[in-house]
Amino acid sequence: MAEPLLQVEHVSRRFGGLLAVNDVSLTAQPGRITALIGPNGAGKTTLFALISGFLRPSDGAIRYGGAEVTGEPPHRLARRGIARTFQIVQPFGGLTVRDNILVGAHLRHPARAAAVAAAEGVGCALGLEAMLDRPADTLTVAGRKRLELAKALATEPKLLLLDEVLAGLNPSEIRDIVPVIRALSQRGITIVMIEHVMQAVMSLAEHVFVLAEGRIIAEGTPAQVAADPGVVEAYLGHGAATKLGAAHAN
Amino acid sequence: MKGLAPVFIVVAAMAAVPLLGVSNVMLNFLVVALMIALAGQGWNVLGGYGGQYSFGHAAFFGTGAYVTAVLQVRYGVNAWIAFGLGIAGGAVVAAVVGGLTFRSGLRGAYFALVTLAFAEVLRISASVAPITGAGVGTLVKLDLRPAALQFGSRAAFYWMILTLVAIASIVTRLLERSRFGVWLVAVRENEDAATALGVNATAIKLAAMVISGAITAAAGCFYVQYFLFIDSGLAYGTWISIEALLTPIIGGVGTVFGPLLGALVVRALGEGARMVAGGEAPGVDLVVYGCVLVLIIAFAPRGLIGGLAQLRGRWGRPAPLPKAGHG
Repeated sequence: MAEPLLQVEHVSRRFGGLLAVNDVSLTAQPGRITALIGPNGAGKTTLFALISGFLRPSDGAIRYGGAEVTGEPPHRLARRGIARTFQIVQPFGGLTVRDNILVGAHLRHPARAAAVAAAEGVGCALGLEAMLDRPADTLTVAGRKRLELAKALATEPKLLLLDEVLAGLNPSEIRDIVPVIRALSQRGITIVMIEHVMQAVMSLAEHVFVLAEGRIIAEGTPAQVAADPGVVEAYLGHGAATKLGAAHAN
Repeated sequence: MKGLAPVFIVVAAMAAVPLLGVSNVMLNFLVVALMIALAGQGWNVLGGYGGQYSFGHAAFFGTGAYVTAVLQVRYGVNAWIAFGLGIAGGAVVAAVVGGLTFRSGLRGAYFALVTLAFAEVLRISASVAPITGAGVGTLVKLDLRPAALQFGSRAAFYWMILTLVAIASIVTRLLERSRFGVWLVAVRENEDAATALGVNATAIKLAAMVISGAITAAAGCFYVQYFLFIDSGLAYGTWISIEALLTPIIGGVGTVFGPLLGALVVRALGEGARMVAGGEAPGVDLVVYGCVLVLIIAFAPRGLIGGLAQLRGRWGRPAPLPKAGHG
């Protein structure tokens, strides 16, 4: 197996008395889609904040591309090629869609003309070409999710952290965006995604980590974790796996 | 240069004003209004584009004024060099204030209060320090030679301040279209989102503050050359902090011409109120400023320029119908 692009090693994060992330280790293989699932409050978004530099780990190390990057500020990590989307989308509300994407495009293109061209290219690739001149706060939920993705992509990342980009979308909108994410992966971008839409996780991810109460409780292929009794119990409560098993046997 | 044409047109039109034979009173009014516009343009770079609302731009105005005056009077420095060093002094003070506030993560109201506090500390220090002339102030010797940066005619002063406003407007316009400007606006709109896209928000805000401080300091340097006198209340008083933020807010925050339009309107209303009151009611101009500010915030939150654009959209050519199939 190739050297992982991202290695999270025994990372913990404490908020006062709450251990939100507890001794978590995970890896992301280059060019693959890795999913991070788990019940609400499991610490998934906190873990993303640790990887992208918005929070410092209380303990443990984060390695990216062979270098230790623990505690580096977010803008430095973005320069190294780590981009993230936010679960609650964070558009620059007063700016047009084009200017929103431009902020990200300027990271690799200092000159205005090149940055505008790059921003429009990313916008079109994500199906936003008809909305480039619209203020970002007039977009629909689906539009905002695409914009969130476009802003991150405009920084030309090697590692893309997607925090619930499918949440709040209807089934047809999900069907539209799943191929977009797959295409990004095929272009060589390593993706780690937090996702609750299991149908998308099953079809996209090659490797899944399950986080519950701050700890990794299972990992493997989507099929392996879906069959794991511990995972079923984390979602449905203690004893659920045996009850389900009994129900299937009858 | 793309996008600079409006600046050149406005400046050229304004440059012709003294040739129309306007009175000295009128020219004096315009010189002061342009000086306020310059101070306001400085505030606009940081507050309008960067969203960092400073209540203490007097710190930069006053530093520019005192450096220019004290270097000439006490150290015999040439006025032109003193003027340049005054601008540099404003930039240095901005770097210190910005470094302390932004690195400690102060935002919003806390940032406003800390800048106000810095300006007040400087005002009180200047009112007791011997080098600034303490309570007496500093008087610059009358020396009406261009080499001493003093002019016999008001028209010459008018063209000088107009040139400074033009330079500040060009700087602002270029900034607007640069990567720095795009990132500065991104920080204003959403600092966390900007950071996630690789923007070093602290460095961007600090750089904006230094540019802002330098521009507002230039207005202070000009004040000294024009009035030839400075004391702590004039240099670091809250009057200039208020006018520096009022003009862009009324004219249009985050627009190149907002401070200029705002300064002309604000000064005209203030002078008008003073004339009507006829010295019976000191401070009546401040009451007018307050009323205008309330009206602007209520009816045109993007200032006069934003309001005008809205009106043109409503009553001018009809807005294009939304095309089908966008949603």
